[in-house]
Amino acid sequence: MSLLSCTDLVKTYQLGKLSLEVLHGLDFHVDRGEFVAIMGPSGSGKSTLMNILGCLDTPTSGQYVLDGEPVAGMTDSDLADIRNRKIGFVFQTFNLLARQSARSNVELPLIYAGVPAAKRHEMSKKVLEEVGLADRANHKPNELSGGERQRVAVARALINNPSLLLADEPTGNLDTKTSGEIMELFERLHEGGNTIVLVTHEDDIGARARRIVRLRDGMIESDRKAPRSGRDARP
Amino acid sequence: MKSPSAGFILDSMRMAVGSLWSNKLRSLLTTLGIVIGITTVIGIISVIEGLNTAFARELSNIGGNDTLYIQKWHWASNDWELTRKWKNIEFRELDAIRESSTLCDLVTPLVRTVRTVKYEQNKISDTLVTGVGKNYQEMRQIFPAAGRFLTDVDITKNRDVAVVGWEVAERLFEHDFPIGKRIAVGGKSLRVVGVLEKRGDFFDMNLDRTLIMPIGSFMESFGRYRSLSIMAQPRDRDRVDEAIDELRGILRRVRKVPFGKPDDFAINRIDALKELYDKLTGGLYGAMFGVATISLLVGGIGIMNIMLVSVTERTREIGIRKAVGARRRDILFQFLTESAFLACIGGVIGILLGYAAAILVDALSPVPAQVKWWSVFLGLGFSVAVGLIFGIYPAWRAAAKNPIDCLSYE
Repeated sequence: MSLLSCTDLVKTYQLGKLSLEVLHGLDFHVDRGEFVAIMGPSGSGKSTLMNILGCLDTPTSGQYVLDGEPVAGMTDSDLADIRNRKIGFVFQTFNLLARQSARSNVELPLIYAGVPAAKRHEMSKKVLEEVGLADRANHKPNELSGGERQRVAVARALINNPSLLLADEPTGNLDTKTSGEIMELFERLHEGGNTIVLVTHEDDIGARARRIVRLRDGMIESDRKAPRSGRDARP
Repeated sequence: MKSPSAGFILDSMRMAVGSLWSNKLRSLLTTLGIVIGITTVIGIISVIEGLNTAFARELSNIGGNDTLYIQKWHWASNDWELTRKWKNIEFRELDAIRESSTLCDLVTPLVRTVRTVKYEQNKISDTLVTGVGKNYQEMRQIFPAAGRFLTDVDITKNRDVAVVGWEVAERLFEHDFPIGKRIAVGGKSLRVVGVLEKRGDFFDMNLDRTLIMPIGSFMESFGRYRSLSIMAQPRDRDRVDEAIDELRGILRRVRKVPFGKPDDFAINRIDALKELYDKLTGGLYGAMFGVATISLLVGGIGIMNIMLVSVTERTREIGIRKAVGARRRDILFQFLTESAFLACIGGVIGILLGYAAAILVDALSPVPAQVKWWSVFLGLGFSVAVGLIFGIYPAWRAAAKNPIDCLSYE
């Protein structure tokens, strides 16, 4: 069974009298452990799909089942709960709380999960080590480099041990070298068994994924497994 | 549905402190209205409570609360134009009451003046000199610390003797034993037979700067043509009104007041004093209520305003929190905690200032002020309530925001 499956997904935005259909009956499935890149030009509906996959938004019609839970038609509060338990977000603009330390940022999802402070510290220590920032735990975001900030964001996304890691243009604000480092981190997480869905419009970033889904005008244009590059090939 | 855990509440508070701390000056200015409101509440409650305590103490000092005072003036009004035309109250009235009243068992006349009292080279000015008749001690419940009080014989024989207050004795006699010594009051020589127990102050009136002598002797020295006050003690606490009616009848008869004309005398009681007092403190309470309401309202609007600003400034933060799993009520709770906390800071500052004001008033003015422990909780309660009430709308706005819009907010 797929980790996430979208069936006949339709999303319509109401702009005054005008209704704008952005997704036109999309079918899309991701299995556990996959590393998928969603690509497409702006206006292709990839952000909308991303918001629905991330349970930030609900489809106008159609089904979305995440990890066995039907998401379409859920209340705000249930969606928040799903986001908290099953989804880890990584954003283009990092979206860290500026006044809080890396550690506090990483622990944020745990606060809403009701995890006690001692346990939170223990868990944040572990994920910060995992992304290689153990020694930066007490730094504020403005004391960190772009790559470090994004790694804090990844650590935050990982801390609840989510079913799905959603990354929206995670390298969009980073230089090439740092982008490479972040993508290596994603690859490592993928190898560690995490399911990752990545939205990007950059081909070389998309190429790091194992499967590439191209969107155009709210429809899936192509969906293919990427050939393994030699560097990643395992014996 | 999970309710917020204790840990979450603690986290919200920690977040609130952090967010307010990063805007120290703004937070402080925002609380100004609350500060003024709570300072007023604490300050005025302290003054009123201080007055209440002093008043209650003094009421017990000046005798039973149901004692009636027949006098030429009303305590609760000062209609001098009317009362100065009234005839003096004289012994004729006293005798009539003693003879005919069935409902008052203790009756005594009373006259007063203020004089300088001398003993050898020492003197004490502005001493309240009271001429009294029989039953006075019994009605006033005052006792000598040394010597004796006036006896009925002292009074009927118009003896030139006096009982002096604590301060008078202390200032005049210094090292001498006062009993048996002769003092001079307004040219008259009196023999001291007793010293009263220390009684303290009634507001800024010193109850120990007093001298009590037989009324006959008083009138020989200071003039006969003065109106008496007559104290009458109703026999039965529950029949005070009947006693008043009876006294009125007796007095109207003796003073020949024609039927249908108003009384030309007043029957005062402590209750009338209490009415006057309640009017005064009622005014104070009214002033407090007005100032406190307005400033708490202003303070509340200030808090609402700053919270609305804060919600807008932190749109992105709200988006992030929602994205990682904050529910509406988590956000609501967070912002409510913050506004309550903000108001609470104002409340604490207000309590401290109010406390300081009360201490200053107590020390620098004759008004006694007392901070009551419950007024502290009242102040805190008020400020938290203001924070919550005026925080609801901004917090609701924050909670209702759409996470996607928040995350793309620049």
